[in-house]
Amino acid sequence: MLEVENISVFRGERLVLDHVGFTLGAGDALLLTGPNGAGKSTLLRVLAGLRKPEGGHVLWSGVDALADRSQHADRVAYLGHQDALKLGLTLRENLTLAMRASGGNPDLCMKSLNILGLADLPARMLSAGQKRRAALARVLLAQAPLWLLDEPSLGLDINTMDLLGSLFAAHRQAGGIVIATTHVPLPLPDARTLALPGLNESDISQPIEDFPEDDLL
Amino acid sequence: MTFRIPSLIMAILERDLRLALRHGADTLGAVLFFILAGALFPLALGPSPELLRRMAPGIVWVCALLAALLPLDRLFGSELEDGSLDQLLMTGLPPSLIALAKMLAHWLTTGLPLLLAAGPLAIMLGMPTPSMPVLLIGLLLGTLILSLIGGMAASVVLGARRGGVLLPLLVLPLTTPALIFGAAALDAAQTGLSWGPDLELLGAFLAAAIPLCPLAAGAGLRAAVE
Repeated sequence: MLEVENISVFRGERLVLDHVGFTLGAGDALLLTGPNGAGKSTLLRVLAGLRKPEGGHVLWSGVDALADRSQHADRVAYLGHQDALKLGLTLRENLTLAMRASGGNPDLCMKSLNILGLADLPARMLSAGQKRRAALARVLLAQAPLWLLDEPSLGLDINTMDLLGSLFAAHRQAGGIVIATTHVPLPLPDARTLALPGLNESDISQPIEDFPEDDLL
Repeated sequence: MTFRIPSLIMAILERDLRLALRHGADTLGAVLFFILAGALFPLALGPSPELLRRMAPGIVWVCALLAALLPLDRLFGSELEDGSLDQLLMTGLPPSLIALAKMLAHWLTTGLPLLLAAGPLAIMLGMPTPSMPVLLIGLLLGTLILSLIGGMAASVVLGARRGGVLLPLLVLPLTTPALIFGAAALDAAQTGLSWGPDLELLGAFLAAAIPLCPLAAGAGLRAAVE
């Protein structure tokens, strides 16, 4: 179970996340929405342990998850805004590191995203959508209970969106949690939505009182 | 987790070596710069064998130092730009060990080729063959120190604007002890004095850098992705 309490993050002088909180149980999914710059990606990075919040806690099964961030990394599969592929390496070589980290089977993961046929091509030969699928294969490969996805649908075609839907369903069936940022509808049935308000400069001094936490808790 | 650490470090090394082989320009660039910069000295100083023989240790060391700087800003810079640094941190490997693996990769792709090219350059400058082992042992220790300190500086300036300009300003002062001891050992060998103590000091410097530099670099990597 993932409990997020009162996360606040400053970027420079600006408060991008102001006391954000929610609780997710096994099999739950959460969509993060909001205007550009609302802090969706920042929140994902905080949950992944890549960024330390200025305030608040992230609890995993009641334990402070960010106390040991290297250990927390084992629970998380993180898909960033970028695909993080080395263009000079083949797809299979690109997945080697994730394979060693988790002990998973890269061929199986590439097969579930229909890119097994491209496994021995250098990543520079792939289209944007194919690279995104490779990055999603790495998420599968991590075999982690918590998926943190930053706009997973970026560049994907309709067939792959269906595929993504079935992968989400299987992950949630197995008790996994999905948290995704998005601007378009994602195939995540009965996912909760957390709308992050874009904060204006005038909001910095006065915290927002009516933050929509009640529909999440 | 503990049992996976060596396997993950090996995976990072393998990956970087593959990339270095496929984009040979970085590796070759540093070695060619080393040879070319060394070859400029006879042109500038005149072809007096006596003068060149006396200056050879300093020339080889300074050129090696400068050549090792060349690929440094790409060491972590390319990882940060394409998001790979996030994924490296998400493998669960402690950041200091990620940094250590990258420093080792830098040594294998830059330090080792420089070491191989140092022999021919030293002969070209007329360095007497008896002092050749001292040069190579000194450079072996020296290039390792360069990779460690260079990797540390590269991670510290990561994400800073104009990091590439800042990098030499950080690395060069920190590596002066290595330069002094390494060149002094060679000088001693050429004049028939005992060169042992200088190499031992170089070794002591390396022994201090091995634990300290990866720790500092790990903190730099964490700060860079924030």
